[in-house]
Amino acid sequence: MADTLERVTQIIVERLDVEADEVTLEASIKEDLGADSLDVVDLIMELEDEFNLTIEEEDAEKINTVGDIVNYISAKVS
Amino acid sequence: MLTGKVAVVTGGSRGIGRSIALDLAKEGAKVVIFYAGNHGAAEETVSAITDLGAEAAAFQVDVADSGQVDDAFKQVVKQFGRVDILVNNAGITRDNLLMRIKEEDWDQVVDTNLKGVFLCCKAVVRPMMKQRGGRIINISSVVGVSGNAGQANYVAAKAGVIGLTKTMAKEFGSRNITVNAIAPGFIQTDMTSVLDEKVKEATLASIPLGRFGVAEEVANAVSFLASDKASYITGQTLHVDGGMVPN
Repeated sequence: MADTLERVTQIIVERLDVEADEVTLEASIKEDLGADSLDVVDLIMELEDEFNLTIEEEDAEKINTVGDIVNYISAKVS
Repeated sequence: MLTGKVAVVTGGSRGIGRSIALDLAKEGAKVVIFYAGNHGAAEETVSAITDLGAEAAAFQVDVADSGQVDDAFKQVVKQFGRVDILVNNAGITRDNLLMRIKEEDWDQVVDTNLKGVFLCCKAVVRPMMKQRGGRIINISSVVGVSGNAGQANYVAAKAGVIGLTKTMAKEFGSRNITVNAIAPGFIQTDMTSVLDEKVKEATLASIPLGRFGVAEEVANAVSFLASDKASYITGQTLHVDGGMVPN
């Protein structure tokens, strides 16, 4: 879990050009971290590569916060 | 004008694509050509580019095959570190009157000329987004604007390329990726040399500049759109046709 959050945070910091301390579990990717729809698609693809998994379209639509991403990946990987 | 840039030209071994590849190289770009199957022509074009002092490579790629396209772009990024310019030039014809166009002739032309553009764009957009910029130039045709009897499949695909160009310009403008189309008119190449004399004469009569174009004239427009000089142009279709079909 901690490791997943770390890797997710690193990707978000790189892709969205934000500070690591802004990337909290409660942070909304669009509202708090300033991602637009293209950023979200890019982020999802980057996460798919990083964790070697496929995030289905209907699951991707449900992702709002950093915590949603971490939970989703933890559930899929375990 | 393009020093340090990396360009990919599909259908780059012959015809208009070869001229585009050579002109981009003259302007300082490193050029990778994708070719369908003519190894000899691809090798010859690569050595013509390296003779100009530019780096070049050739990959055999079926642009209608997503697996091949994805692998090829990964290889380009691995070998050259980036992709700044994509020229979607690969195209084929299977001309006939609509009533005589076989389903497979329709599919082949639309797969290469339209789906191929989609697949190559899809593969190149991520590296371009990471680089925060890029230039995509799609080779359409004036018949995609005017229509042309005997080319329903080709015309439909080329008109599709213009719509795709406008849409991609809107989707990727915020990432400093410009997407434009070039619509050549009648250019002297292998593709047009097979047309019969009567068709050529009738076409010539419809060209205000009174002559057919040469591939270098299309290549000049591509190099312009690929350069920083075209930084505020996106979503456009530039006709290079001697005035045949005013835009």
